[in-house]
Amino acid sequence: MFYREAGDFSTSYKEDSQTFPIRFDRYRYYVVLVVAFLVVPFVITDYWANAVFVPFLIYAIAAIGLNILTGYCGQVSLGTGGFMAVGAYAVYKLMTGFPDVSIVIHIIGAGFITAGVCILFGLPSLRIKGFYLAVATLAAQFFLVWLFNRVAWFYNYSASGQINAPEREVLGIVVTGPNTEAWAQYMISLVFVTACALLARNLTRGKLGRQWMSIRDMDIAAEIIGVNPLSAKLSAFAISGFFIGISGALFFAVYLGAVEVGEAFGINKSFLVLFMIIIGGLGSIFGSFAGAAFLVLMPVLLKNILVGQFGWATDLAVHIEFIIVGALIVIFLIIEPHGLAQLWRLAKEKLRLWPFPH
Amino acid sequence: MDKEEGMAVKDSAESYVTDDGRTIGGVLMDIRSITLRFGGVTAINDISFDIREGEIRAIIGPNGAGKSSMLNVISGFYVPQEGEVWFRGALRPPMKPYQVARQGIARTFQNIALFEGMSVLDNVMTGRLNHMNSSMWSQALWLGRAEAEEHENRERVERVIDFLEIQHIRKTPVGRLPYGLKKRVELARALSAEPELLLLDEPMAGMNVEEKEDMSRFILEVNDEFGTTIALIEHDMGVVMDLSDRVVVMDYGRKIGDGTPHDVRNNQEVIDAYLGVSHD
Repeated sequence: MFYREAGDFSTSYKEDSQTFPIRFDRYRYYVVLVVAFLVVPFVITDYWANAVFVPFLIYAIAAIGLNILTGYCGQVSLGTGGFMAVGAYAVYKLMTGFPDVSIVIHIIGAGFITAGVCILFGLPSLRIKGFYLAVATLAAQFFLVWLFNRVAWFYNYSASGQINAPEREVLGIVVTGPNTEAWAQYMISLVFVTACALLARNLTRGKLGRQWMSIRDMDIAAEIIGVNPLSAKLSAFAISGFFIGISGALFFAVYLGAVEVGEAFGINKSFLVLFMIIIGGLGSIFGSFAGAAFLVLMPVLLKNILVGQFGWATDLAVHIEFIIVGALIVIFLIIEPHGLAQLWRLAKEKLRLWPFPH
Repeated sequence: MDKEEGMAVKDSAESYVTDDGRTIGGVLMDIRSITLRFGGVTAINDISFDIREGEIRAIIGPNGAGKSSMLNVISGFYVPQEGEVWFRGALRPPMKPYQVARQGIARTFQNIALFEGMSVLDNVMTGRLNHMNSSMWSQALWLGRAEAEEHENRERVERVIDFLEIQHIRKTPVGRLPYGLKKRVELARALSAEPELLLLDEPMAGMNVEEKEDMSRFILEVNDEFGTTIALIEHDMGVVMDLSDRVVVMDYGRKIGDGTPHDVRNNQEVIDAYLGVSHD
């Protein structure tokens, strides 16, 4: 009923190419932003922040990053965990090396460092495609984890081999370390996720995004109309690395606080983020959020139902949870292989016509 | 259409005016003794011809004659073992396809090569990549240069979309379109690059009569309105004879004929290649 294009006329190309061309859509997103920034911080509890919101927001950044590489540019990567580790260790070295500089700058710096590492591991993509590239990035995953385990300089020669986030403040509010309050954790993640989503949207809507998508859809045709495959692929690796680095930095500094690299950034993480974008929708920023929400929320929800409602033993519930989440992923991919974003798109198309069938 | 009058000056470098009033300029691209081999197979054997500014140049020949390979040489996909390509009076060094595109050469493919996951508008906008040069940073922030550039180019693209009459499918994903429209979108993408030389590889393959007529009309209008030089490969002889100013005929990698459609039609070797000769 409300979801209508009728009466919404674009009189300039600017209006026609905006992110949310339908007015109702636009307002809905403003409402979401207002709630996220002005309501949630005041009501958020430790449990909600730690179990739901903070991991969701941080994974959303990683998913956006991987989506740019895999969903937009078509280069499969299984190195996400390793690249997140680069972000985490970069921010750790920066935090301990330059304690007077703002943590925000450290996190952005970690993004740039990861971008550089990502370019390096993206070089094989110029020669190999598909599964073979996936294997090459898998090598990055194992090499990076090995590197951070073995070279003591990265964890400042600490006896445990762990890295621990020191306490840092932004505008006088503690955002890292054990004394961080839930809402501060949430806020800094939210600010970064909003900025990253905006940047990603802008990059994918214009020239660069079209270059990536043309390489994804048909690299030969892309080259013939003037896309330099070298710069297109490497820019995708760089920008993807930037986002993944930021997410890794936040994951370590804001969310976990202490990290042992093999545990926090193992191959599981790579697959988790890959599943997020496959379930959410390849080549869609919204899909990155949807996929992150699905895979973060689903286990929490199941646990609450199984343990809370049915009163099952926790260990049994954990295993059942694995089975259910796995089955859901399979069922879901059979029903809608293009992910949640596609479902959402279809729903919107239906809504636009409702209540008339055509 | 009789084009014998044009014949007289065909071989000189001077420009001439065709019967239908278009001006054909000097040589835009000169192909000099190109030989292309794949292992033991010689796909193109010592072929030379030129393409003049503003003309419609057809390349015809039976299947496997090496026509598409010739286009691939021109657009930089294949590097010939021997021979030279001269463009705008200068010898072209070996180039990657995207560098060739930046020189102002656009093309379409025999089997459609559109970006299936993108909308028609995005596909056509991709054709303008070489005209956009805002930095990554300004794109990321979508401020100033990037946005202004996007809208300038959108305007150019809309003109091409109007011209090819595909306004109604602007926002449709290309994957959903029928074959004939896809061919048209591909032409739009090539055109939006504002090329000097447009290469069309079988633009009318698999089309019905009506679609062929539409496509012929578009090709003539592109040539006439934008002054774009066109080189095309086509199997439909009626279309080739009607559209083109000059025709190159290839068979088994060799050139067996070159001239106006009238010339070519009466060339014994060409007739033999198409109709076959008895081996007795």
